[in-house]
Amino acid sequence: MNEPILSIRDLTVEIPTRHGILSPVKGVSYDIGRGEILGVVGESGAGKSMAGNAVIGLLSPPAHIAEGEIWVGGTRVDHLAGEQMRRLRGKEIGMVFQDPLTSLNPLLRIGDQLTETMLAHLDISRSEAEARAVAALEEVGIPGAAERVGSYPHEFSGGMRQRVVIALALCAEPSLIIADEPTTALDVSVQAQIISLLKKLCRERGTAVMLITHDMGVIAEAADRVAVMYAGQLAELGSVREVLTRPRHPYTDGLMGSTPLASRGKDRLHQIPGAMPRLDALPPGCAFHPRCPHAQDRCAENPGPRIEDGAGGVACWFPMTREAVA
Amino acid sequence: MLAYVIQRVFQSAIVLLVVGLVAFSMFRFVGDPVDNMLGQERTQADIERLRTQLGLDQPFPVQYFKFLTGAAQGNFGVSYRQGRPVSDILVERAPATLELAAVSGFLAISIGIALGVFTAIRRNGFAAHAIMSVSLIGVSLPTFLIGILLIYLFSVELGWLPSFGRGDTVKIGGWSTGFLTESGLKALILPSITLGLYQMTLIMRLVRSEMLEVLRQDYIRFARARGLRERAVNFRHALKNTLVPVITVTGLQLGSIIAFAIITETVFQWPGVGLLFINAIQFVDIPVMAAYLMLISVMFVGINLIVDLLYFAIDPRLRVDRTAAH
Amino acid sequence: MAETSLNTPTSERSRLRVSLDSDFAYQFRKSPVAIVSAVTVLIMVLCAVFAPLIAPYNPFDPASLNLMNGFSKPMEPNAFTGDTFWLGTDDQGRDVFSTILYGMRISLFVGAAAVLFAMVLGISLGLIAGYVGGWVETIIMRVADVQLTFPAILVAMLIFGVAKGITPVEYRDQMAIWVLIIAIGLSDWVQFARVVRGATLVEKNKEYVQAARLIGRGPGAIMIKHILPNVLSPVLVIATISLALAIIAEATLSFLGVGAPPTQPSLGTLIRIGQGFLFSGEWWILLFPAVTLLALALSVNLLGDWLRDALNPRLR
Repeated sequence: MNEPILSIRDLTVEIPTRHGILSPVKGVSYDIGRGEILGVVGESGAGKSMAGNAVIGLLSPPAHIAEGEIWVGGTRVDHLAGEQMRRLRGKEIGMVFQDPLTSLNPLLRIGDQLTETMLAHLDISRSEAEARAVAALEEVGIPGAAERVGSYPHEFSGGMRQRVVIALALCAEPSLIIADEPTTALDVSVQAQIISLLKKLCRERGTAVMLITHDMGVIAEAADRVAVMYAGQLAELGSVREVLTRPRHPYTDGLMGSTPLASRGKDRLHQIPGAMPRLDALPPGCAFHPRCPHAQDRCAENPGPRIEDGAGGVACWFPMTREAVA
Repeated sequence: MLAYVIQRVFQSAIVLLVVGLVAFSMFRFVGDPVDNMLGQERTQADIERLRTQLGLDQPFPVQYFKFLTGAAQGNFGVSYRQGRPVSDILVERAPATLELAAVSGFLAISIGIALGVFTAIRRNGFAAHAIMSVSLIGVSLPTFLIGILLIYLFSVELGWLPSFGRGDTVKIGGWSTGFLTESGLKALILPSITLGLYQMTLIMRLVRSEMLEVLRQDYIRFARARGLRERAVNFRHALKNTLVPVITVTGLQLGSIIAFAIITETVFQWPGVGLLFINAIQFVDIPVMAAYLMLISVMFVGINLIVDLLYFAIDPRLRVDRTAAH
Repeated sequence: MAETSLNTPTSERSRLRVSLDSDFAYQFRKSPVAIVSAVTVLIMVLCAVFAPLIAPYNPFDPASLNLMNGFSKPMEPNAFTGDTFWLGTDDQGRDVFSTILYGMRISLFVGAAAVLFAMVLGISLGLIAGYVGGWVETIIMRVADVQLTFPAILVAMLIFGVAKGITPVEYRDQMAIWVLIIAIGLSDWVQFARVVRGATLVEKNKEYVQAARLIGRGPGAIMIKHILPNVLSPVLVIATISLALAIIAEATLSFLGVGAPPTQPSLGTLIRIGQGFLFSGEWWILLFPAVTLLALALSVNLLGDWLRDALNPRLR
C-alpha cells in the first residue's frame, strides 16, 4: 500500500463520568489508503462511530481524545485547534450521516446548502459555486438537477436525500469520507443503490472511505478491507476476503455465524452467547473472553494483544487457524 | 394553505364569539344595569321604560346578538362610574397603552433573542451562567416590584427620570403621542423597561432552550462536519430553526404585554387602558370591564393569526400541499 | 416538554422510576441550589404556620397598637416610646416583622389553596376529557385553548372583578381571600388538564387498562388507580412552578388593590401600603415585605426548576 490517506495509531477516546472514566475507543490502529474503502463493523456501542467522530474532530464533550495519533493526508489532526480543524472538515474529511431525513437543514434550499459548503472551502465565485452545485447533484444521480437545486429537503424522498447528503459531503472534494451507517435508515431497495453510488464516486476520485456499519452484507459488497470492533477495541483487521471467509478472531467468527450470508453455505445460524459488556462493566483480561468458546485462563488474566500495524492483524491470544473454519 | 388560513380565521371568530358571550353575560347578569343607571328615586314606570330601551325585555339570544353588533361598531354602552360612553374613554386612553406596549415589545424581542442566542452558544461560559442566574431572579421578580425598584433608583435616589405619568404629549389627529417630546420620551423609559423585562427574560430563556435543542440536531452536526464557520452554523442554520417555536410563544407574549400593562400602568400611574381596567374592577364598572375584555381579545386573536401566517414565511414545509411533498 | 416525555411506554417508565429514585436523592444532595431553596421554603412555611407564636406583636389587635410607635426605624429605639422594633413599624405603629409573618401566612395560604384547587380541577377535567372523549373532550379542551390565549393574571382579574360584582358589598372584604383563591385557581387549571389528558390518551389503550375494564373495574377506579400514578411526576413539577406563579399572582392582584384587603394584608397588600412611603423616606415599610416576597417566589421557582430537570432525564 502507498502512503495512507488516514492513519490512526493507538487511538483512545475517553468520557469522564461520575462513575469513572469510560473508554469507548481503546488503543485502535488502522490505515485507509487512497481510493480504498475500509469497512468498520461491530455491534452498536462498539466504538465505531466514536472513532469516526474523533477523526473529524466532532466528539461531543466531555468525550475527548486521550491518547494516540490521527494523521490525515500526512498531517497530524488529533491536536488541531478549533479553527484549523474546521478548515479540514468538508475540505479534507467529509462525512455522511445515518439518517438523511435529519441531516439536511429543513429550512434551507439544497442548492444553498451546497454553495455555502463550497464557498467555505474553495476559492470560487458564487456563480461558479452555483454551477458546481448543479453538477454535483447530477453526479449523484438526481434527475432534473438544474431545477432541483431550488428545492427544500422535504421535497425529496429518503434515498434522494441521501444522494444529496453524499453530494454535500463530496462537493469540496475531500480525500477522506467517513460514512456513518449511510444506509441503515433507508429502504432495503434503495440501500444497494446508495452503496454503489458511494463506491463509484470514491473510486473515481480516489477518495478514501471509512464505511461504518453493522451490516456485514454492506461490507461484503463495498469494502476492500474490514476492521472488526468489539467493546471499543479492534478485534481483527484485514482484507474483506480474508476476514469474511477465514475469520481468525472468535468474535469475528461468531459475527459471521450470526449473519445470514448465502456464500457461507451454513444451514443454520448460530448466535454468540451473551451480550457485549457495557463500557462501565468491562471484564478483566480480554473483553470478549466471557463469551468466547475458545477462552482459556490466560484470556481472563491478560488483556488481548493489540493490533499495532495499521495494515492488518488479530487481537487474540489464540487466533483461529484457517482449518478451524473450513 | 388557503384552507388552513380560512380554518384559522374561523377558529378565531369562534373564540371571539365565546369571549363575547362571557362579556355579555357579565354585562347582563353581574349587577343590574337598570339599578346602576337609575338613581335611588325611581318609579316602576322608569324601570320598565329603561328595560325596554335597553332591550332587556327581549329574549337572551336577541340581546346577545344586539350586544355583538353594538360591540362590532364600537358601542359598549356607558361607563357606570364616569357616565360617558365607554368607546370614547377607550379611544382617549388607547394611544398611551399602545405606545408603551410597542416600545416594551421591541425591547423584549430584540434583547431577548440576542441574549438567548448568546447564552446558548456560550452555554458553559461565565457570562452565560451569570445571565441565566440573573434571569431566574427576573422571572421570579413580580413586575410591580421591578417597577418600584426602578422608581426608587432612578426617580427617588438619582432623580433622573419621572416616576409617574406620560410627560407632555402631542396630538396628531386623534392620537396623542409621547414620542415627540423630551419629557414624553423620558417618561417612557422606566415603564417600558418594567413592562418589557419579564417578557424579555421569558423570550431569552425560550430562545436558549430551543437553540440548545436545535444545536443537538443532526443537520447542525452535519453543517459542522462540512466545515462551515461557527457563525454560519449558529445563525444561518441554528437560529432560523429556533425561530419557528419561538414565534409562537413570542406572539402569546406580545398579548401578555398588553395584559401586564395593567400592572405597569398602575405602578407608574400611566394613563392607559390598563389603569382604566383596574379602576373599573375596583368600582365594579361592568361596561368598561366588558369592553376591555372584548378589545383585548380582538388584539390577541389578531396577534395569533399574524403568528400563524409568519410560520408560512419561515418554514417551507408548511407552504406546499401535503400531497405535493412526495 | 412534559407531554413528550409521557410517550414512553409504561413498563419503561416504571423501570425508569426505580432508577430515578436513587438518582433523585443523589441529584438533590449534589445541588446546593436545590438544598438552599428547599430549606428557605421550609423555614418560610414554618414561620407562616406558627406566625402567632413567633410574631412579637399581633398587628391586627387594635389594643396592642400604639400610634406613638408609628414610623419607628429598624433596630432603633422609638423617639417617643423607646420601644425597639427589628424591622421598624409602619405609619400606624404596627411592627413590620409581625405584619410580614402574618402576610406570608396569607400569601402562602392563598397560593397553596389556589394551586390545590387548580390541580384538582385540572386533573379531574383532564382525566374525564381523555377517558370519556367525544364532545365532552372537545368542549373541555376548547375552553382550555381559549383560556390559554389569555394571560392567567388577566383571567384572574376578570374572575375577581365578576365575583366582586356578585358578592354583596358588606361581605366583599370577608370573601376577598376565597374569591382570590378561586380566581387564581380557575386561571391555572389548563396546564394540569392538558398533561393529564395527554397521558390518559396514551394509557387508556394499554393492555392493562383494557384488562382492568374486562374484569369489571369502573371508569373511576381505572382512572385513579391506573392512569393517575403515571402522571404524578409532571403534575408535581407543574404544581411547584404554579405555586411560584400563584404566589406572584396573588401579590400582584393585592398590590393592584384587587386582592387581599387591608384588613387581611398579604405580602402584596403590604407592598402596596409601603409604596406610599417610598418618597417620604420610610423605606423599611416597603423593603422588607418586598424582599420576603422575592425570597419566597425565587426559592419556590428554583425548586421547581430543579425538580423539572431532575424528573426529566431527557433534559439532562
